[in-house]
Amino acid sequence: MEIVVCVKQVPDTTEVKIDPATNTLIRQGVPSIVNPFDKNALEAALQLKEAYGGKVTVLSMGPPQAKDALKECLAMGADAAILISDRAFGGSDTLATSYTLASAIRKLGNCDIILFGKQAIDGDTAQVGPETAEHLGVAQVTYASRIEVSGDVARIERESEEGYEIIEVKLPAVVTVIKTLNYEPRYPSVKGTMKANRAEIPVWTAADLTVEEGRLGLKGSPTQVRNIFTPPRRVQGVIIARDTAREAVAELLQKLTEAKIV
Amino acid sequence: MNFVMTPEQESIRKMVREFAEKSLAPTAAERDEKELFSREIMDQIGELGIFGLPYPEEYGGAGSDFVSYAIAVEEISRVCASTGIGLSVHVSLCAWPIFKYGTEEQKQKYLRPLAEGTQLGAFGLTEPNAGTDAAAGSTIAVKDGDSYVINGSKVFNTNGGEAEIEVIFAATDKAAGLKGLSAFIVEKGTPGFTYGKKEIKMGIRASVQRELIFENCRVPAANLLGKEGEGFKIAMTTLDGGRIGVAAQAVGIAQAALDAAVKYSKERVQFGKPIAANQAISFMLADMATKLDAARLLTYRAAYNKSNHLSYSKEAAMAKMFASDAAMSITTDAVQIFGGYGYSREYPVERLMRDAKITQIYEGTNQAMRMVVSGSILR
Ligand SMILES: Cc1cc2nc3c(=O)[nH]c(=O)nc-3n(C[C@H](O)[C@H](O)[C@H](O)COP(=O)(O)OP(=O)(O)OC[C@H]3O[C@@H](n4cnc5c(N)ncnc54)[C@H](O)[C@@H]3O)c2cc1C
Ligand SMILES: Cc1cc2nc3c(=O)[nH]c(=O)nc-3n(C[C@H](O)[C@H](O)[C@H](O)COP(=O)(O)OP(=O)(O)OC[C@H]3O[C@@H](n4cnc5c(N)ncnc54)[C@H](O)[C@@H]3O)c2cc1C
Repeated sequence: MEIVVCVKQVPDTTEVKIDPATNTLIRQGVPSIVNPFDKNALEAALQLKEAYGGKVTVLSMGPPQAKDALKECLAMGADAAILISDRAFGGSDTLATSYTLASAIRKLGNCDIILFGKQAIDGDTAQVGPETAEHLGVAQVTYASRIEVSGDVARIERESEEGYEIIEVKLPAVVTVIKTLNYEPRYPSVKGTMKANRAEIPVWTAADLTVEEGRLGLKGSPTQVRNIFTPPRRVQGVIIARDTAREAVAELLQKLTEAKIV
Repeated sequence: MNFVMTPEQESIRKMVREFAEKSLAPTAAERDEKELFSREIMDQIGELGIFGLPYPEEYGGAGSDFVSYAIAVEEISRVCASTGIGLSVHVSLCAWPIFKYGTEEQKQKYLRPLAEGTQLGAFGLTEPNAGTDAAAGSTIAVKDGDSYVINGSKVFNTNGGEAEIEVIFAATDKAAGLKGLSAFIVEKGTPGFTYGKKEIKMGIRASVQRELIFENCRVPAANLLGKEGEGFKIAMTTLDGGRIGVAAQAVGIAQAALDAAVKYSKERVQFGKPIAANQAISFMLADMATKLDAARLLTYRAAYNKSNHLSYSKEAAMAKMFASDAAMSITTDAVQIFGGYGYSREYPVERLMRDAKITQIYEGTNQAMRMVVSGSILR
């Protein structure tokens, strides 16, 4: 089984601060990490490989430093990694990014399943996975928490707020993976770390892909960011703690009535 | 001269640190408090390939070096010194003598599972009446046909009771003294091999030390390690390497103490300013950081020498003695900087101080280290 995982290098948002003057992320001095959901996707890929055999290739589009993210994936057990990097890709929005990733996946050829994290923790759009599926013209399942394969069909548990759906899709397909205990990312091993260290990661530029220039980078990005702002903090709720549920409910009802909600 | 880690060593530090912080840190204080040895943790370390770091791939190792190994012991000990010594004993005191003195069959049978981490190792030299004077032991091994019959006991055996593989020492010729000691590989479960009491200790309380008892324990002659009479040499050269692990353990403990002290001294306000604003505190931190750096450099130098087949006996003794003394003084200073909270078990530094003490004692006391160093320069 040929498995592709698309990963993004992101700033560690647990360490990010917002510049109050400009409302933008202060990226300076913030360590870069593999987008956490992508690690869940990679774990899913590694488990699929362990169950059904095959090969796991990780792809990342980004600047040369994104090689560090790819090396971390190799250390966890991915078989190969490719960096897609070119000045022409600079300024890509989700449309141009997914277009470029789809071209790279096409160049790789015969992929059975293409995994993404459900979203990146910096942009938070959750669009790149589904858009890539559209460019490739294959089925997509988002928010997966379990993936099983038999023959050319994948059976996927898709989480929703009410529970989960079970969806069957014909492969090849794009699947985006959530943070789940089923796919708790493994630690890199010593051997993986050493292999990753020695690995030469090939870089694919625009010239290596069959792409229309106008659909790349800033030119291929219709999204315009007007303003980024921190939403107002939600005010804290009220906890009604009384000796009995009866008392608490009575008080709650009174408050709701006062507020003309009921 | 090059003081820069290789990319491989850097990435192994990062990898081990991430594992230690995520997997060991959350339970380290509790395991200490309740004196819980965790076999699960040792198995995880094995699975990650850390036990095999310095050994060749043909024996299930990773083919890295002893500097990476020292870094791994340091990073694990920074978070949990109890786990650090379990790792160090396994790699340096059990796997290494088999790697160095074992036959090809012994290496395939015992070194491989040790390097791959499917079995745990230990080292039994010390006896009630034979500590620093290691050759004064009364455990004996008598050849009988195709086997040796071992009688006696060993104390303070780290990983004892858990380890599947023990490298132990017994006299095959009592009259020959030092030259009558021999080394054996003994498997857990061998009839006649049982365990006595567990030590109750001041520090490294989440590591296990157990008495080993041999009563007419029959060990195949094929499990003699090296030749008859080579035991003392095997024990001493093994401990030379083990001391790099103990030095690295001390460096890890000291680093944890320094980190905690720096953070606390910037946060704790007395007399209207952080206590770090007093030179009495900031100079203490400067001395701690300097001792730590010197300890680390001595440790890596010894590990480097070992990896590069240079002599390392004196260097390892210096590193162990200096790093352990540094760890004791740095952790004591950290407790001082924390004031009353340093003495409280709710804060981490008292554990570090208790853990540091053992590094001055085991694998040769610091007096014994001075014997090694002086012996080497007066030769
Ligand atoms: C937690 C722990 C784990 C251990 N793990 C192991 C293990 O896995 N395997 C193992 O075999 N052993 C192990 N040991 C034993 C350890 O190596 C010994 O305790 C150590 O070598 C000292 O021996 P001793 O305790 O008998 O002290 P002694 O030898 O009785 O020493 C007592 C004091 O006298 C000093 N002294 C002794 N001789 C001289 C001399 N000639 N000149 C100057 N001073 C001297 C010593 O430095 C020390 O201060 C462990 C011990 C502990 C506490
Ligand atoms: C077991 C125990 C029993 C105790 N019993 C009592 C008791 O019965 N009654 C009671 O009232 N208290 C008691 N205490 C509290 C004890 O007296 C304090 O812990 C002690 O005075 C130190 O104060 P601190 O812990 O707040 O440390 P801090 O004052 O925060 O000191 C932290 C560090 O900063 C240093 N430092 C602070 N200010 C300066 C400065 N200006 N210049 C240089 N260095 C400075 C200190 O020397 C120390 O190294 C007890 C504490 C313990 C641990």
